Amino acid sequence: MVVLWTDALIYLLIVVILALGLHLRGKEHIKRPLQQIGRSKIGMVSLVVLLFFVLIGLLDSVHFKPTDDTKNEIISLLDYWATPLREHGEKTYSAPFATKLYSKEMIAMPDGSMQWGYPRLEFGGRHLNNPETEKIPDILQKALYGLAQGASLIVFFMLLMWGLLAEQHKRLMLSSTAKTVLAVVFVIVSFSYALIYLSPYYHVFGTDKVGEDVFYQAVKSIRTGLVIGTLTTLIMLPMAIIFGILAGFFRGWVDDVIQYIYTTLNSIPGVLLIAASILMVQVYMASHESDFTSVIVRADTRLLFLCMILGVTSWTGLCRLLRAETLKLREMEYVQAASALGVKQGAILLRHILPNVMHIVLISVVLDFSSLVLAEAVLSYINIGVDPTSYSWGNMINGARLEMAREPVVWWSLTAAFVFMFALVLAANLFADVVQDAFDPRRSGNE
Amino acid sequence: MTQYIIRRLLYSLPLLMGVNILTFVLFFVVNSPDDMARMQLGQKHVTEQAIANWKQQHGYDVPLLWNDSAQGGGKITDTVFYQKSVGLFLFRFGVSDSGRNIGADIKERAWPSLAVALPTLMIGLLVNICFALMMVLFRNSYISKDGVYAAGQSGAGAALEHAGIVLCVILMSISSLFYIIGGQFVIGKVLRLVPISGYDDGMAAVKFLILPVLIGVFSGIGSGTRWYRTLFLEEVGKDYVRTARAKGLSETQTLFRHVLPNAMIPILTGVVVVLPLLFMGSLIMESFFSIPGLGSYTIDAINSQDFAIVRAMVFLGSVLYVIGLLLTDISYTLVDPRVRLS
Repeated sequence: MVVLWTDALIYLLIVVILALGLHLRGKEHIKRPLQQIGRSKIGMVSLVVLLFFVLIGLLDSVHFKPTDDTKNEIISLLDYWATPLREHGEKTYSAPFATKLYSKEMIAMPDGSMQWGYPRLEFGGRHLNNPETEKIPDILQKALYGLAQGASLIVFFMLLMWGLLAEQHKRLMLSSTAKTVLAVVFVIVSFSYALIYLSPYYHVFGTDKVGEDVFYQAVKSIRTGLVIGTLTTLIMLPMAIIFGILAGFFRGWVDDVIQYIYTTLNSIPGVLLIAASILMVQVYMASHESDFTSVIVRADTRLLFLCMILGVTSWTGLCRLLRAETLKLREMEYVQAASALGVKQGAILLRHILPNVMHIVLISVVLDFSSLVLAEAVLSYINIGVDPTSYSWGNMINGARLEMAREPVVWWSLTAAFVFMFALVLAANLFADVVQDAFDPRRSGNE
Repeated sequence: MTQYIIRRLLYSLPLLMGVNILTFVLFFVVNSPDDMARMQLGQKHVTEQAIANWKQQHGYDVPLLWNDSAQGGGKITDTVFYQKSVGLFLFRFGVSDSGRNIGADIKERAWPSLAVALPTLMIGLLVNICFALMMVLFRNSYISKDGVYAAGQSGAGAALEHAGIVLCVILMSISSLFYIIGGQFVIGKVLRLVPISGYDDGMAAVKFLILPVLIGVFSGIGSGTRWYRTLFLEEVGKDYVRTARAKGLSETQTLFRHVLPNAMIPILTGVVVVLPLLFMGSLIMESFFSIPGLGSYTIDAINSQDFAIVRAMVFLGSVLYVIGLLLTDISYTLVDPRVRLS
């Protein structure tokens, strides 16, 4: 097993989340907002979609070197399961479910003569003898078969769960929110099963310029999007929380220094700071080529740097919010009482201030996630995002953008990136809304 | 007032100094000028002589922070840091790594940037405020019918408002790249209403500007409307609005005569902050529509790894931001008589 830097941080993030969850379990002030989220249909459905993405991202974060491999490459669990997709490369573009290549070339006929035409794809629809007539029935049949298999699988699991559940939980499962959630799970699982079932036979979303399967690219990009959305937050949180609380609590020169730091950082246009830093990383990597032996390590280092830089540029907003809130909190009676009773300042910060600003932290983490995922695409477009060799929606859009001028239009790369990105960002935005409603004391009062 | 402005301007000096030091560290300490020279001249097979020549040409041939070989004050002034920073503070940006005059380039390219950014901002503001007002109006027409404040339940107005919010979230969730690509494809390529990209001098530029402005406005509707709606709702909940209703004013009258002017304070001051930054242009818009503004200038510099231009743009951006903050403070006193600067 190979642990890349971002993998390690993802594991760390999971541990942190689990620890926080255990710590906060059963606490009354956390329970109420959580129940409010649990009652919201939109919230639960978007959570299910998010968890589905996270699951794929996690599968893609377990890297190892295959034992039978000679090429010194590192693959993830997801790659391992998607081996047919990974290896079924065509020559160049082909449309979704196509059996023939996008561009014409010379084909050698069985009788030895050459002909100018669209050659058959090497893998897409290879099992068909006569694509013109057999293709559509075959696709429909395979899709239905896959759907049925996926559906029966999920129904089996649901029945199993039902059988194992205690009586009081059964009532919970019958609430309308739970029914909606189960329906969504059912749809997601059966459709993804159908897609997985179809993908060895066809290129479901077509292939790109170098003939790589677009479906595979889009799925692989999920990890990049999630890593940028979450690790950036993990990196910026300590800075924002410590600086924000200290500035608000101690005021005086501490406040001045911290305010100076974040105003300075804020006054540099974000994109330019990112661009400058990424340029530096590029130069550094170019002059230390021997440290980055494999492509994936290189791409991973750059991804990590990107997260750090995004973290540095984005902590200022949260820091300012926390400072303002702490300024308010330190004048509250209970903080005054604590300091009058002689509680040490460190203890006041930890026990009284920190828990009372956590809702701001949580809300801003959830709100930032979607904007970071969107930012990744834009940054990749200007070539200051993730490494050009790594999979990301930004790179997919960037690669497909120029092909819009071709005739017929090469639309599938863009569409695939759009669908995946839209699903993730929409789910994140909707979930963020619900979380904000539940945790923001100002909102929960009047709605 | 004048005193305040002067003090703020003085206060911005350490800020710009900080920005300058930060960019200096990023550009020169992390990567020595030797690295840059190698980058510019091509990675491999570069002679020492070529590097020295390149450094000489671009003024990087002196030590970074401290020149031991120079006399007296020259120990500080004969350094890369001093020479490059003084140039920036005097707005003499010098020549780019590829040999062009940066100051002249910036002057020439600021206007196309502004020509895209200003209409986008203005029209966007107007459209967003209209939509936000409409949503608040729907919500309120429902309230006045029942006489109770109970949003989010059944009722035509509330349903419309709810649909509006969901639509906003959907619009927000689409990457701006897709708005641009989709807009170019549908309006420029399929319908052939306007040219897909390009730019021209004078009035001929208008036909090139329509599409970027339109797309810019459209991509901002989701988040803008939602944000302004919360501002309006905050204002609607206040006591003077209830008084106005109690006087018997109609919903529209309250909204336009009482709520709108008060909600404009945060909206306008929010706009003032970004006004100076409009000169910087939008990075993606300009490069997609090949408009020769400062945004595409920056992107080109990033792509060709031209450090001198990027450094100049970073500095310019910070200066404009500081000016924006100052303008915001001044505009507060203008629109809200309760605020006094001291």
